[in-house]
Amino acid sequence: MNKLMTTAIAGVAFGLTAFTANAATLDDVKAKGFVQCGISQGLPGFSNPDSDGNWVGLDVDVCRAVAAAIFGDSEAVKYTPLSSKERFTALQSGEVDVLSRNTTWTMTRDANLGLNFAGVNYYDGQGFMVRKSLGVASTLELSGAAVCTQTGTTTELNIADYFLENGMEYEVVAFEKAAEVVAAYDAGRCDVYSTDASGLYANRLRLTNPDEHMVLPEIISKEPLGPVVRQGDDQWFNIVRWSLNAMINAEEMGITSANIDSKMGGKNPGVQRFLGETGTFGEMIGVPSDWAVNIVKQVGNYGESFDKHVGPDTPLAIARGVNALWSKGGILYAAPIR
Amino acid sequence: MSSPQNSFSLRKIVYDPKIRGLFFQTILFALLLYFFYSIITNTVENLQSRGIPIGFGFLDNASGFPVSFKLISYITSDSNAKLILVGLLNTLFVAVLGIITATILGLIFGVMRLSKNSIISAIATVYIEVLRNIPLLVQILLLYYGVLKTLPLAKDSLSFLGIFFANIKGISVPTISFGSAETPFIISIIVALIIMVALRLWSRKRQEKTGQQFPATKIGFAILIGLPLLILIASGWPVEVSIPELGRFSLKGGMTISPEFIALYLALSIYTSAFIAETVRAGIMSVSHGQTEASDSLGLPRNKTLNLIIIPQALRVIIPPLTSQYLNLTKNSSLAVAIGYTDLFASAGGVLNITGQALELIAITMTFYLLFSLLTSMFMNWYNSRIKLVER
Amino acid sequence: MSEYFIRSTMLDAKQAPKSNVGIVGWLQKNVFSSPLNIILTVVGLFVSYMTIKALADFVFFNAVFDATNGQECRPADGEPGGACWSFIQVFFKQYVYGRYPTEELWRPDIVFILGAALLIPLLIPKAPFKAVNSFLFFVIYPFLTLILLSGGDFVITGFFIPFIDLFGKTQGNFIFELSIVTALICAAIYFFGKSVGEDMKSTMLSIVVVAVIIAVIGLMLSSNFGLEVIETDIWGGFLVTLVVAITGIVLSLPIGIILALGRQSKLPVIKFLCVVFIEFWRGVPLITILFMAQNMIPLFLPEGGEAVDNLLRALIGVTLFASAYMAEVVRGGLQALPKGQYEGAQSLGLTYWQMMVKIILPQALKHVIPGIVNTFIGLFKDTTLVYIVGIFDLLGTVKATIENPEWIFPLQAMTGYVFVAFVFFIFCFGMSRYSIFMERHLHTGHSR
Repeated sequence: MNKLMTTAIAGVAFGLTAFTANAATLDDVKAKGFVQCGISQGLPGFSNPDSDGNWVGLDVDVCRAVAAAIFGDSEAVKYTPLSSKERFTALQSGEVDVLSRNTTWTMTRDANLGLNFAGVNYYDGQGFMVRKSLGVASTLELSGAAVCTQTGTTTELNIADYFLENGMEYEVVAFEKAAEVVAAYDAGRCDVYSTDASGLYANRLRLTNPDEHMVLPEIISKEPLGPVVRQGDDQWFNIVRWSLNAMINAEEMGITSANIDSKMGGKNPGVQRFLGETGTFGEMIGVPSDWAVNIVKQVGNYGESFDKHVGPDTPLAIARGVNALWSKGGILYAAPIR
Repeated sequence: MSSPQNSFSLRKIVYDPKIRGLFFQTILFALLLYFFYSIITNTVENLQSRGIPIGFGFLDNASGFPVSFKLISYITSDSNAKLILVGLLNTLFVAVLGIITATILGLIFGVMRLSKNSIISAIATVYIEVLRNIPLLVQILLLYYGVLKTLPLAKDSLSFLGIFFANIKGISVPTISFGSAETPFIISIIVALIIMVALRLWSRKRQEKTGQQFPATKIGFAILIGLPLLILIASGWPVEVSIPELGRFSLKGGMTISPEFIALYLALSIYTSAFIAETVRAGIMSVSHGQTEASDSLGLPRNKTLNLIIIPQALRVIIPPLTSQYLNLTKNSSLAVAIGYTDLFASAGGVLNITGQALELIAITMTFYLLFSLLTSMFMNWYNSRIKLVER
Repeated sequence: MSEYFIRSTMLDAKQAPKSNVGIVGWLQKNVFSSPLNIILTVVGLFVSYMTIKALADFVFFNAVFDATNGQECRPADGEPGGACWSFIQVFFKQYVYGRYPTEELWRPDIVFILGAALLIPLLIPKAPFKAVNSFLFFVIYPFLTLILLSGGDFVITGFFIPFIDLFGKTQGNFIFELSIVTALICAAIYFFGKSVGEDMKSTMLSIVVVAVIIAVIGLMLSSNFGLEVIETDIWGGFLVTLVVAITGIVLSLPIGIILALGRQSKLPVIKFLCVVFIEFWRGVPLITILFMAQNMIPLFLPEGGEAVDNLLRALIGVTLFASAYMAEVVRGGLQALPKGQYEGAQSLGLTYWQMMVKIILPQALKHVIPGIVNTFIGLFKDTTLVYIVGIFDLLGTVKATIENPEWIFPLQAMTGYVFVAFVFFIFCFGMSRYSIFMERHLHTGHSR
């Protein structure tokens, strides 16, 4: 059924209509048959439309994993592209069920906005890019520089804090869209281009001569990016958190979309629990027992998703770095399914 | 049927236009009250259930939000309210400058389009048609790239007389500060302006009475320059000039006008000038040629013909659409957010992003735009009624 | 004897002086008539040359036409580079339809073709069947478009009376409630008519007709035509640009007329409300209106209701904005009419609505057709702002595809914006020419 009109009419009637009480998010989602997922309006590798017009990316895969866990169908997602200004309102108002939009987990957002962060799907940090010809080796030499960055993110605030802390002068020029930021930096409007390190790599290719630029070693902030849900619905919170955890755990156990069928019926108790062959883990969070199988089969494990969208073989060529598993030198660590 | 008398009085009431009007207005008013009542109660309930606090307390918190182009001193530890004030002043600044430039450009291109030189009129036509038919947002973005391409890099700054500099980081101009004499200096300018206006009114009255003319404009300007100068000399010339000089990354000292401002200002002025040009053309064409001939035959010199005969009549046609163009320009300045000029909308957006107080910030933004619009249209309406042709 | 001479034959006409005819003459008269003119001409030609050259270089001479990814669009070292049209070509389908599913593209296609087929005869003043044509275009076509594009099957369950749920949440409930409300209104009118001693049959009949029309529309919208439901979040590109602009203009015209009439009204409350409404929506930027619609409409609705569709919210914002502008355009037309028209109508004993519908509005609206077209051009360009609230119109779709990692190259954004500028220019220029044509066409009727 089509919902475009329902509320137009309800809107006319305003208080007159008797509405059904607000159900739990999972029931809502099951009733409508898809997950409504808030994503960015375009961030290379995280969520961007491909040439067929489908949304793809690391953030999009979180939405798909949630849908795969609930419905066994990773395509049962509808995407709402949100600007940074409207993302929290959209989640608060129930317009989206989950927000997976390169959103930094901060205390204010977690505690004050009525939201909960369900985990971290990308550890980022703010970095700086400069021209090699400038002869700068450290961010501490940047006093007096003009910095280009994007608005509506925490990056502007981080720059202000960092320069203030180190007693340096600066000028910030902030744009709505990454394309404009990079164009301005490329033209020489700014001496420094600053955004999350992932963004620095992602947008390097926009520069006229990418080889003439370098990323400075300092990372000035912690930017754990992750999916967000509304406060007060623990079941839904669990589904989103464990869908993400399942992707990370799968990589740790070496389960991939290619080999998952061969892992079935194996002897490893951890893998058996993961595949739903033992235990009632799906039931605990209100989804089918083969929830994790569906996630890995249809979306892939975290490593696969990373390689596909942002990894070294993509034009973005982002190294795993801190986003490698904890066992491989990174900090990616998911609680066990047990 | 009921008794004729009864029905007669009821009919009288029903068909009385006054009572009818009252009846429909009351119904409309009641519906409206109900509408507002229900959306307000709904909003309050919604906000409560979503745990979103309402209130303007967040305005006092430190913003932490850096702004590159500002007219008043502002640092990141200043309050959110001050950040919004910075944005508001930026909006007013670009709007006022844009309005002036757009009017001048519009006048030039409007006259050019009427030129007898076909190449000139063709250029004006292309200018007007192209600019009117492309969305302003696209123009701002393209023009910004254009501005960045045109200005030289910081290390090859263009300099003029060694005190004005232009490079991709902006145009730097020297600033003058008056130290202790600042307040008296500003007051003297205001006083001089008041004297100018008074002088003009007086001279006009005198001319109407006696026919004698008085060079009010020339003397007015002399006062405008002389009075502040006198104040400065009297207070011992405390003038300090800050001249920009080339630092490691960019120019230091003086005042730098950012390329974002330049691009926005140019885009707004050029876009609006295309509309104003059409307005001006229509205005000039509306004055019949007979007026010029009649004025010539009275022996009025050319500039008096223009000032006293043509322009006053053209203005009657021009002013109303011009007002809405001015308002459009002001409102369109909210597109600044696309190219990183911190105007009212952008600064409120910055605060919104940090605090999440959508309701309050939308209200603040709308109120300021509305105030500015209403003030502008009040002024223009007043001016319009002043120059209106008095009909019998 | 005096000699005299009478010419018996006319002399052959002499050639005009060389300086007055041909190219030379034209040049001298128009271009080089005075030193100032010569300077203006030279400067003008130079500026035009530079502009055209820069544009042609970017669009043709330095452009790339056969790239398969962003890397191939990258200009060689030291080259200025130009547009990369392959980028536009790859995403062209998205620029027209957004992410509308490929197998359903026939639906927007029908909407485009039907719209053009209905609109073109409407625009030609001499084409016949104007009344039928307008009815089709302004009444039937919007509903058809709505059903075709979204798939119909709307939830309409009745909303007049709270807590009555006789037929469950079905269309039956809607019809049931509608008939109850209609019956109540008719009864009230009947008793009112009886007490005043008036025959109210015609009034009652018209109310029943309106109710039937509402019922038919409701049933039509809520029936399932077997079309797949396509949610608005995957609409995009030029399709959305058109939907927003046309909805804005079609809805704002009637609202604008009512507001304009209200502003002229002698009833103080109505006049005041209309003035406040018009000045408020005209006084704030469209960006803030859209932003408000996006954030506030969900708050205004009762808790627990369905979220209002994102596109619908933007449409509400755009309509409010456009109505206020339209009201002022219509007011201009009303004011242009001589007072005699009003007085004439009143002296014939016409009621207020008869006077407006039969005498005033037809004349006033004819006056302001160019103004309406100009408002439409403005609205069409302003649709680019819906991008701010997360709706992918043409500009928004271009901006989103700029983020595609396969196609990143330095002049990508520039290419996209030039493309958008070109598309808008074609449409807006066409419309503005049409408006000028109509202005001349209509003018003949009024010149005395």
